[in-house]
Amino acid sequence: MNFVIPDFTPAVPEMVLLALASFILIADTFWSERYKYATYYATQASLVIVGLLILFSFTSETAVTFNESFVRDAFADVLKLFIILVSIGVFLFSKEYLQNHDFYKGEFFTLGLFAILGMFVMVSAYNFITLFVGLEIMSLAMYAMIAMQRDSAKATEAAMKYFVLGALATGLLLYGLSMIYGATGTLTIPEVKAVIEAGKANSTVLAFGVVFIVIGLGFKLGAVPFHMWVPDVYDGAPTAVTLFIAAAPKIAAFAIVYRLLVDGMPGLVVDWQQLLIIMAILSMVIGTVIALAQTNFKRLLAYSGIAHIGFLLLGFIAATPEGYSAAMFYVLVYAITSVAAFGMILALGRKGMEFDQIKDFAGLNKRNPWLAAMMLIIMFSMAGVPPFIGFYAKLVVLEEVIAAGFTWLAIIGVVTAIAGAFYYLRVIKVMYFDAPEQDTPLPASTRELSVGVSVYSLSLLVLGIMPAWLMAVAYNSLLM
Amino acid sequence: MSNLHLILTIIMLAPLFGAIAAGLFGRQIGRKGAHSVTIGSVAVSTVLSIYVFYHYIFNGAETYNAALYTWMVSDGIRFEIGFLIDSLSATMMLVVTFVSLMVHIYTIGYMDHDEDYDHDNPYYQRFFSYLSLFTFSMLSLVMANNFLQLFFGWEAVGLVSYLLIGFYMKRESAVVANLKAFLVNRVGDFGFILGIAMVFVYFGTMDYQEFFDKLSEHEHTMMTFIPGVEWSVITVMVILLFIGAMGKSAQMPLHVWLPESMEGPTPISALIHAATMVTAGIFMVARLSPAYEMSEAALQFILVVGALTAFMMGLLGIIQNDIKRVVAYSTLSQLGYMTAALGASAYAASMFHVLTHAFFKALLFLAAGSVIIAMHHIQDIRQMGGLKKHMPITYWAMLLGSLALIGFPGFAGFFSKDSILLAVGESEIAGSSFAYALLLMGVFVTAFYSFRMFFLVFHGNESDYVKSHKIHESPKVVTVPLILLAIPSVLLGLFMIQPILSGSYFADAIYVLPAQDVLASVYDKYYDGVVGFILHGFMSLPVWLAFAGVALAWFFYMKRPDIPAWINSKCTRGNYVLQHAYGFDRLNEIVFVNGSKRLGHFFWKSVDMRIIDTGLVNGTVNKVSGLAKMMRESQTGYMYHYAFVMIFGLLGLLIWALW
Repeated sequence: MNFVIPDFTPAVPEMVLLALASFILIADTFWSERYKYATYYATQASLVIVGLLILFSFTSETAVTFNESFVRDAFADVLKLFIILVSIGVFLFSKEYLQNHDFYKGEFFTLGLFAILGMFVMVSAYNFITLFVGLEIMSLAMYAMIAMQRDSAKATEAAMKYFVLGALATGLLLYGLSMIYGATGTLTIPEVKAVIEAGKANSTVLAFGVVFIVIGLGFKLGAVPFHMWVPDVYDGAPTAVTLFIAAAPKIAAFAIVYRLLVDGMPGLVVDWQQLLIIMAILSMVIGTVIALAQTNFKRLLAYSGIAHIGFLLLGFIAATPEGYSAAMFYVLVYAITSVAAFGMILALGRKGMEFDQIKDFAGLNKRNPWLAAMMLIIMFSMAGVPPFIGFYAKLVVLEEVIAAGFTWLAIIGVVTAIAGAFYYLRVIKVMYFDAPEQDTPLPASTRELSVGVSVYSLSLLVLGIMPAWLMAVAYNSLLM
Repeated sequence: MSNLHLILTIIMLAPLFGAIAAGLFGRQIGRKGAHSVTIGSVAVSTVLSIYVFYHYIFNGAETYNAALYTWMVSDGIRFEIGFLIDSLSATMMLVVTFVSLMVHIYTIGYMDHDEDYDHDNPYYQRFFSYLSLFTFSMLSLVMANNFLQLFFGWEAVGLVSYLLIGFYMKRESAVVANLKAFLVNRVGDFGFILGIAMVFVYFGTMDYQEFFDKLSEHEHTMMTFIPGVEWSVITVMVILLFIGAMGKSAQMPLHVWLPESMEGPTPISALIHAATMVTAGIFMVARLSPAYEMSEAALQFILVVGALTAFMMGLLGIIQNDIKRVVAYSTLSQLGYMTAALGASAYAASMFHVLTHAFFKALLFLAAGSVIIAMHHIQDIRQMGGLKKHMPITYWAMLLGSLALIGFPGFAGFFSKDSILLAVGESEIAGSSFAYALLLMGVFVTAFYSFRMFFLVFHGNESDYVKSHKIHESPKVVTVPLILLAIPSVLLGLFMIQPILSGSYFADAIYVLPAQDVLASVYDKYYDGVVGFILHGFMSLPVWLAFAGVALAWFFYMKRPDIPAWINSKCTRGNYVLQHAYGFDRLNEIVFVNGSKRLGHFFWKSVDMRIIDTGLVNGTVNKVSGLAKMMRESQTGYMYHYAFVMIFGLLGLLIWALW
């Protein structure tokens, strides 16, 4: 038997991350109460180290290793960098919240790091097994994070729901993958593509497999009708965890959709395009309509997130490289925006009091004009008002879907976006025009949080004024 | 990024920085901080503008056309911010920044205290923020290299002028005046934006240079607006654009807002309007001269509008008793001269007058303001008199400004106004002799009302008010800008007349068809050195008309004050017409205000309330909120329901995919 030592270099960031996460996991048990912030700082430091590592070893060349099961290309690097960028914000915003709610534990950070490791593996997956392993690493860590607040019935229930439904979805995805394997005889993504394009696989089995895969992916993205977990989990989980699962995993989910459908099965584009159209329409319409009736801000964000996923899918439906880069642009913008939005809830929350009802925002302008202005930016960006970046995200996706000939889909998208503007604008109206229940000033719970939220919010404005950079990143990383 | 690019960027953005600092952080940085930061940033812009001016006018640098920032490209149309810098924009930049700097400094003295607000209210900082914002808007307008940015600057200037006119927001008259200015400008902007839309539709670009390059393609393009009548596209387009200029540069019949704008803090916003903002329209036409040159019909229209404004608004100046309003009507009249020059294709002369006018009118306004400060905010010239010995600096400033205004040979205003008159006299397009006659009469009227005010304020017997109060000269922050402004008001023309008339000054920026180049023929016929031009001035009609006006004013108001009173009592009808400013306000009120009120009422009651509100809006809302509530129920919270929905979705998709 001929054993060749694989080339480890493409996977160095993952290995470093794994080593650091394991170290922190062990060290956390030894760090005494006196150094209780050590874990937090070590986590942030690890993220920065891994981020810099990726940044400085960035190449536009594609490197494949581990028997064609792992790939490192520009696409993967860019997504990983954004996952890190978003996660740094997540941890920054979480620290204070965790303390206020008496479950500041090192596990939160180590589980988070492992989830990020899972996302990295998903992003770099080059065959079905790697992809599945990455997905499970991420999901298991997230189930545990949701359930961490053991004495909260709501959180436990949310974790339970997510776990059981997630298992169901994972089963469906795995079933679909196995069918594709059965039809093509290979697990490696480019080989799957080659076999399908050569026309050697049974098309009925393939079509079956695609349906199951799309459903599995739809669940991870939170697309209708596989979205039912989203509001309950977003609402039930501690806000810090919600923040975590609302942002970075969407980027990873986008990556596996791209790897599986676009890289692996471009030959079946007609099949999956049909399915995505249905899911996109349902997501946009149902997400928007139900969001109209929400009074809880976290649930509002959950439903509006579903509508955003519908928009994201439009980019895939266009089925052109420009369309995919539009979708990528959209997901990056969405991740940054949701960090800012959930960060706002965390920044304004207090010990023993969540700031998660829309009515909590009443008269915020009088109590904290600066953060109200930041919230204004976030809401306008989500609604797609120029000059904020959310406008461009919607614009490019719509442009591409029209260019691909689906004008009617774009019309549905625009109509839902306009209807959706209602609930974002309502938050603004509540902040600026409603009388607050109490007039006392409401500073952010720490200065760090205020600065952090401001940085993320203002970046929405700055990126919106100069959108070309992020667009170029999304475009080039897909086409290089 | 070249050096020049960086300098231009700083020139444009420095005032914006000042505005933001003083506007948003006014409370933190305090009064002193606010005026230091705004004056500092405008001073930076001014110094750099002087450099750019020097670079372009004296070193003859090449036209600089570059984009600073591209917002987006949609369907081949670039939305960008950019610079088109040549002698025209370099000159305007200098005027804008210099005048604005003077105003900033002067404001320290003028806004020091305000009865409407307590001392801790940051109204002072807010005012400085507006001033800087105004400077930024005006700079982005004159530095633009595309229509989009022009429009941005245009609207931004309009917005800030609205804010400034209504600065005394607790006074009803100020609020009415700013609303009026805003609405009248909307009328003009309506034409303006239609004009830009035509550029967009027919030329497919927003960029000036590309627009100019494509002009010849559309020389004979016609459009049908009313069936059977064909219009030249270019004529319609430039007239629409000019309607925008009529609003901003206060040409009849869109002039009504300018006298009212004197409600703004005296005379700073007045000055801003008079010396800077109102010239935006003139600047725009000069900037687009290649397009205007292609339409003789448009030029005739502009010529006649300008001449009418020059004469009729001058007449109104005679009957005003508010010192600010006299200056305001004189501004209107001078704007008419500039516009008429545009119509005669004498763009350079028009810009020349913009330039000289900016300085001497700023001087007059600030001098008037100085008088108002001394008179404790009394503005009625009948209550003044004999101020000469109390306020010597203001007196001399006002005298020099007035001499420049009436075109006394040798003063700046003489050169620019005489160039305009000669150019219109040379012009051969239809309506030019009519316009020439109006402009000549305007010279007489100008001299008459200027010196009427001058004599009533500074000479004659001291009024009771002057006797009973202690009147003294204004503080240094007020008088220094006066002295600084007096210098160019007197000297500027001497240096500029030759390059302007010969056409070398704006050679790279303004395009005139050789056949219509009236300034060139003025140059050939009349110009033989500065001294010769001045001597020629003394021998020509306009100067004697001006002297006659001064003499008559002296005779009427110093010697025989009973004569004007007698005329008033005899010519009641003429007086009535003038008192009511030819009835433009009344007309607006009856036709536009009431008309649009009725129209609005109709749309409100029948269309909006009945169809849109009850039917469409509320109908949709009811349906959607019902639907939302129903769908919300689907989120039961039971896990098996969720799993069921997933499985159901799986089956649905399977059927859909495999059908």
